[in-house]
Amino acid sequence: MSKAVPPTGATFVGMPPFPRAARDAVGDAQLRHNLRKATHTIRDKRAVVVDELADWAELRAAGAAIKDRTLRRLDEHLLAVEAAVTSAGGTVHWAADAAEANRIVADLVRATGETEVVKVKSMVTQEIGLNEALAAEGIRAYETDLAELIVQLGEDLPSHILVPAIHRNRAEIREIFVREMGEWGVPAPAGLTDEPAALAEAARRHLRERFLSAKVAVSGANFVVAETGTLVVVESEGNGRMCLTLPETLISVVGIEKVVPTWADLEVFLQLLPRSSTGERMNPYTSMWTGVTPGDGPQDFHLVLLDNGRTDVLADRTGRQALRCIRCSACLNVCPVYERTGGHAYGSVYPGPIGAILVPQLGGVATGKVDAQTASLPYASSLCGACYEVCPVAIDIPEVLVHLREQVVEGGGHRAEKAAMRAAEWVLDDPGRLRRVQRLAARSRKLIPKRAPGPGAAWTDSRSIPAVPAESFRDWWVRERSGPADTAQAGVRPTGSAPAAAVVEARESEGEGR
Amino acid sequence: MRVGLFITCVNDTLYPRTGRAVVRLLERLGCEVDFPLAQTCCGQMHWNTGYGPRIEPMVRRFADTFAGYDAVVTPSGSCGAMIRDNHPRAAARAQDPTLAADVAAVVPKVYDLTEFIVDVLGVTDVGAYFPHKVAYHPTCHSQRLMKLGDRPTALLREVRGLELLGLPGEQECCGFGGTFAVKNPDVSTAMGADKVRHAAGTGAEVLCAADNSCLMHIGGLMDRQRTGMRVLHLAEILASTEKEPA
Ligand code: SF4
Repeated sequence: MSKAVPPTGATFVGMPPFPRAARDAVGDAQLRHNLRKATHTIRDKRAVVVDELADWAELRAAGAAIKDRTLRRLDEHLLAVEAAVTSAGGTVHWAADAAEANRIVADLVRATGETEVVKVKSMVTQEIGLNEALAAEGIRAYETDLAELIVQLGEDLPSHILVPAIHRNRAEIREIFVREMGEWGVPAPAGLTDEPAALAEAARRHLRERFLSAKVAVSGANFVVAETGTLVVVESEGNGRMCLTLPETLISVVGIEKVVPTWADLEVFLQLLPRSSTGERMNPYTSMWTGVTPGDGPQDFHLVLLDNGRTDVLADRTGRQALRCIRCSACLNVCPVYERTGGHAYGSVYPGPIGAILVPQLGGVATGKVDAQTASLPYASSLCGACYEVCPVAIDIPEVLVHLREQVVEGGGHRAEKAAMRAAEWVLDDPGRLRRVQRLAARSRKLIPKRAPGPGAAWTDSRSIPAVPAESFRDWWVRERSGPADTAQAGVRPTGSAPAAAVVEARESEGEGR
Repeated sequence: MRVGLFITCVNDTLYPRTGRAVVRLLERLGCEVDFPLAQTCCGQMHWNTGYGPRIEPMVRRFADTFAGYDAVVTPSGSCGAMIRDNHPRAAARAQDPTLAADVAAVVPKVYDLTEFIVDVLGVTDVGAYFPHKVAYHPTCHSQRLMKLGDRPTALLREVRGLELLGLPGEQECCGFGGTFAVKNPDVSTAMGADKVRHAAGTGAEVLCAADNSCLMHIGGLMDRQRTGMRVLHLAEILASTEKEPA
């Protein structure tokens, strides 16, 4: 599989646009099998635990409303967080972008004199490429989430928000453990099998040493409760709890959209998140901490609040709903595109439907400055709407995708496509022209090849073209149902019999020469 | 009841049989059907591909063309949803109060064919005869945007001779997605291949849906794969009788 390429911003360097990357992915039978199995399993579990709640629709609406209300006064809530964390003995840092956040974290680690940190699974530190930035400063970051560990040991890239190694099966994981664990610390036990329990035990032994020796931990947070300045991490394995409690210094990097005003608000999300993400009624571990507690847990706590494009997203009326996201990955698990390509094809730490609307926005698609790979992401969807249906905070992902497609088009877009769209408008603006084009197609229908050259091949490589009927519906209606008056209304004038002549005549009679 | 038929540009150009079936069916059910010739397209392809700001003329044309009817019926879930959900948005964006008012007046009268038959005419047995094994694919926009629910299958169940077979994974997208089919042909084909596999696995002779654009994609794949199945718009099955079989 792919070797890890350090991200810049949320995007992996050197990835081709989505359609190209997807072509390789859909041809990978092992990947397709792994993904189908994994996504369908989580999808079905989620459906069961969501269906058993009679008030799911109300919970979902409440989740969306709380996020929207909070985002409207985000500045005030963030100041409240700063005040509360500070008064509880923590230190708050503000980072405008990835580079600033990375510098803050690296300086904080260096100040402790340590050269190693343990990490709690966190999307935002992936987004800013923290591990790579720390490595450049001579600091080694160890992932402790099982799936992140698999990705890190395999020098791989994450492909799912919740299960970053979802593209791997048990046999592949065993092989990575046997090959790599020894390089990094406690090696895999001799005779390791690919039984899930054996793999988990190997990871446990490998990580245990790490937890006990680490002096500095880096985490993200699922939520920050503004009224008390409390950070919340929700997880399944307990490895996060180890990192959050054992080290002396804890540095938490948190996107500014993670704030919820009160504990009553948090309660809504603690119901929405586990059911949506792992399909559990309640996640096994919920860790909460408020600043520093003397004699208990890390005595040095830093909160780095990260913007990195989020205030630009907030400024976009349609796009801002993406900031409601609680990273549950339900949209990935139901997405028919993600199911067939996996996460790497999206070229970003945020794959799937949420990635397709978040990454272009964080990258500045509204200002037209994104590269071809990022600009391809809003088109990586059939707009089937399955993501919107499951999203626990009701993000209308198809609506945002279409909105971002408009921004791509405005930002330069695709020249040939623009010409084709204009030609279609010219035809569709006038029923008379439409009718002439239909007649032209009907007359030349025997000439239409089964396999089209050029851009048409994108259709005909795998699909037949529908046979063009001898007579359009419009012509049938006029012939069968209406008199000559309607014929005039339809804007139909006699045209020459040869197809080429018809085109020329259609154009000339309109006085158009595009 | 004076019904304006919005046939959609795809059906008009490529699937006139579906249009003729809708006319035959609605007339059999006692409606007076008109096809206003000024109609063209709902603007869906432009809207969904990122050319939303350009569809204002199409939105205006639709509202003007269908202003005088008691009901506007369309045999396409995605075009119906485009009109219902996005014409008001496009009108609001145009900042033209007259257009917004005209759109607001016409939108509540727009029905998918199955909605119109079941909800407005109050009929589920349309007197059809179609002695074949059929699977129904609820297309994404029929299902999630138009919310047709079980109306299509309620109609199919009453068709004499028809055996309705369950389609595994029916709620999954077929991979058409408008320009998605050509912008991401590999993923689109992979999704369609699974749909075809599921459909063929039912043992049905016919896969039907309430939207010909998805069927164009699925049928195109079936043809290439020589599955021996055919696709048919729901309207053609409902119009089918002993005398005039589909
Ligand atoms: S967009 Fe919605 S469904 Fe997707 S990860 Fe975010 S919260 Fe979950």
